[in-house]
Amino acid sequence: MKKNLAKLVLSAGLALSLAGVAQAQTSLLNVSYDVARDVFKDYNPRFIAAWKAKSGEAIEVKQSHGGSSKQVRAVADGLEADLVTMNQPTDVSFLADKGLVAKDWNKKFANNASPYTSTMVFIVRKGNPKGFKDWSDLAKPGVTITIPHPKNTGNGRNTYLAAWGWALRQPGGNDKSAAAFVGSLLKNAPAFAPGGRDATTNFIQRGQGDVLITFECEAELIAREFGRGGFDVVYPSQSVLTEFPVAVDKVVDKRGTRKQAQAYLDYLWSKDGQENAAQNYLRPVDAEVLKKYASQFPPIKTFTVEEVFGSWEKAFSTHFKDGGSFDQVFAAK
Amino acid sequence: MSSVRHTNTESRLVRGLLIALALGFLFLFLGLPLLAVFSEAFKQGFGPYWQALGEPDTLSAVGLTILIALLVLPLNVLFGLAAAWAIAKFDFRGKSLLTTLIDLPFAVSPVVAGLLFILIFGRQGWLGPWLSAHDIKIIFALPGMVIATMFITVPYIARELIPLMQAQGKDEEEAAVSLGASGWQMFWRVSLPNIKWGLLYGVILANARAMGEFGAVSVVSGHIRGETNTLPLHVEILYNEYNSVGAFAAASVLALLALVTLVAKTFVEWRMQKETDMLNAELPPEKAPATAASLQSAPQGGGGELGAARRFPERTQS
Amino acid sequence: MRHSSSRRVLPGFGLSLGYALVYLSLLVLIPLGGLVARSTQLSPDQFWDIATSSRALAAYKVSFGCALLAAVVNAVFGLIVAWVLVRYEFFGKKLVDAFVDLPFALPTAVAGITLTTLYANTGWVGRFLEPLGIKVAFTPLGIVVALIFIGIPFVVRTVQPVIEDIEAEVEEAAATLGATRWQTFTRVLFPALFPALLTGFTLAFARAVGEYGSVIFIAGNMPMVSEITPLLIISKLEQYDLPGAIVLAVVMLVISFVLLLTINLLQWWTANRHSGRHVDAGAQA
Repeated sequence: MKKNLAKLVLSAGLALSLAGVAQAQTSLLNVSYDVARDVFKDYNPRFIAAWKAKSGEAIEVKQSHGGSSKQVRAVADGLEADLVTMNQPTDVSFLADKGLVAKDWNKKFANNASPYTSTMVFIVRKGNPKGFKDWSDLAKPGVTITIPHPKNTGNGRNTYLAAWGWALRQPGGNDKSAAAFVGSLLKNAPAFAPGGRDATTNFIQRGQGDVLITFECEAELIAREFGRGGFDVVYPSQSVLTEFPVAVDKVVDKRGTRKQAQAYLDYLWSKDGQENAAQNYLRPVDAEVLKKYASQFPPIKTFTVEEVFGSWEKAFSTHFKDGGSFDQVFAAK
Repeated sequence: MSSVRHTNTESRLVRGLLIALALGFLFLFLGLPLLAVFSEAFKQGFGPYWQALGEPDTLSAVGLTILIALLVLPLNVLFGLAAAWAIAKFDFRGKSLLTTLIDLPFAVSPVVAGLLFILIFGRQGWLGPWLSAHDIKIIFALPGMVIATMFITVPYIARELIPLMQAQGKDEEEAAVSLGASGWQMFWRVSLPNIKWGLLYGVILANARAMGEFGAVSVVSGHIRGETNTLPLHVEILYNEYNSVGAFAAASVLALLALVTLVAKTFVEWRMQKETDMLNAELPPEKAPATAASLQSAPQGGGGELGAARRFPERTQS
Repeated sequence: MRHSSSRRVLPGFGLSLGYALVYLSLLVLIPLGGLVARSTQLSPDQFWDIATSSRALAAYKVSFGCALLAAVVNAVFGLIVAWVLVRYEFFGKKLVDAFVDLPFALPTAVAGITLTTLYANTGWVGRFLEPLGIKVAFTPLGIVVALIFIGIPFVVRTVQPVIEDIEAEVEEAAATLGATRWQTFTRVLFPALFPALLTGFTLAFARAVGEYGSVIFIAGNMPMVSEITPLLIISKLEQYDLPGAIVLAVVMLVISFVLLLTINLLQWWTANRHSGRHVDAGAQA
């Protein structure tokens, strides 16, 4: 019996060490945010074919998806990503601080290193019974809004910044009026969902709230999952431009995959890559492709976080750090 | 066991009431959620459900989940037996402290449990530079996930066995030893048969928990599709990707894994029933001494001291 | 008689204790020690400020309060369930018995999502509670519901084997002596079950305090009202504030440790008192 036990322990140990050895074949690991799966599920075969045609090399692309900030923390702690495709610039900056991506990562690719963009829109009940047109309608008494946590989730942060930016850009708008507006908006949120996906479930399936604020590209996912009959999309007068920054992790030098990783990201800006983004309801940065898919993307006036808040880092530390404006606005409500 | 007819039981009314309470509680807190999981999983019918389960990523997640459980459980059984033996059968200083240490992983938030191992094995952790220099992957690979699962399941088997072994006392083992049994003989012939139920429950619980664990494993997994995604992680990802049917279908598999309990327990029960039948055939008057003992002690104690009769009050703590 | 040199009679003390200690040290003590060591990188003032911010205090209250409530409910119903499963025969018993472990096997997120759907005012349960003015989803009550769910197996599965182990003779003897069923229960059965029940309660409580996955969906997550401590830890991590997260983790760890130690000492004490009585009884004889 002792022998058997020893054998068992030994074989377990062996299995552990075997599994720990990295395999050596040309593959890329794309560490990405939660809902990007469809985008890359469609994109990877396109790139693999293009790369094969260009270099003759067969390549495999592995995907890792999860909450954006959680994913970059994993990368910083040793998850060997060849490249990251995120939905918040602060997440990539965090990796730059850790020395894993270039300090000037947002200059390494065009368009602030974001191959496509989106914006925050309103999802309302079919026929828009409450007649929502703009941000101001959502802050009125008697309205309930459904949003994910404004402090802990990318989706919620963008919503918060969109509302703040909108208020700031109204005639006579200043930080004080913006804070007051965001305060009355948050007062209409009876709960904060833990993530964008659950906010959607709260709104569509559990019937919570009059309006859901989310990414434009998410509306399509909602329609695919829950059917098109249940809701309408309302575009406010102005909203925030949300970026999806990408970067190469310096791990590629150790793994010998820099060339491939760079090509993978470059290809996102190709016509093929841009078409793929548009087909997944992300606004392409290529004007021609955008024009081709214009029916999908109603015009909307957008502002960038840099324009209104200086930089993402600044917006982050003023608004979302502990004791920042979100905490103050929330405490005052 | 449970089929033993108790001459002394509650009135029909009390029995009915208790059964109703128990079933009502379980239905409200277990039955309904389970129904809801299956109703989501089959929302689009059987076809999509089956298709969702056949996805290669889902299948690989099932495989990984089972592999981790198989690696973790034997280690856990050994630890549980050792810890329970030391704590229940011997007196030593710091016993409560040791018990508390065993409990501690319960109280550590799964979120923090994952973080613990990141702080040790992560790139910025204590061992990180050394591991990376030797190209050994612990975190974001199978070993890290196994370690996190081991941490989460430390208490289950030990905690299941300690109260049971304490309740049983050590008379029987002492008798065995004084009759000349070796340590292993005593363990296999006396201790193990006495604790089989507790051990089985412990294994079942630890197994369920190992398979269902999300938080801690999520932190150390890296979420690489088809490679380091366990079933619970895969469920979350599918859900977040707006694939409810896939997510709940995968969740239903985990719920069904809990049914393994039923099979395991029934099987063991059946085997043991057979064994005792055989024993009884060999030694018909087996029960007589025990009954005599309890009858003997009964008149002396009376009321509250009745507990002295045979087994449970013989708790061996000093 | 309890001190009858059992240490020399039974074998395996050194081996079992040694193995247990090494295993625990490697897996639990060193990692947790490392966590505590990391927290000392902050000055005591910084530590104190983070640990006692009003948000954090409110979150401790929510976490520990809801966990306590859920554990009490689980202790009561868990005992009933265990009793019913061992002692009575009814249709479908084996199936019910098997599903007691469901809360472990089901990933916490699935549990959270499902419970929220059930208890939202449009859900199967919530729609009946809504007219009564009871709101469960997105309130602290929802947190309690989620914590009851994840804690069920603990009490049932710790009490069950002990009930199975009680021999019928004991109860028969009590009845022979003229004890009513209730007397038998309170004086004979309950004292025998109590240590296991307390263990189950402790485990359910401890597990509930740290629970994250199932709670956040149903909690509503409003700061100061329905925000649990693990969510605050996540919030710190989302701000890349690792030291802050570690501080909260250490505070939770210390509180849990003290609570668990207290309960374990209490248990040791009751067991001690009980066997003391046993000795008296023996002496009388």
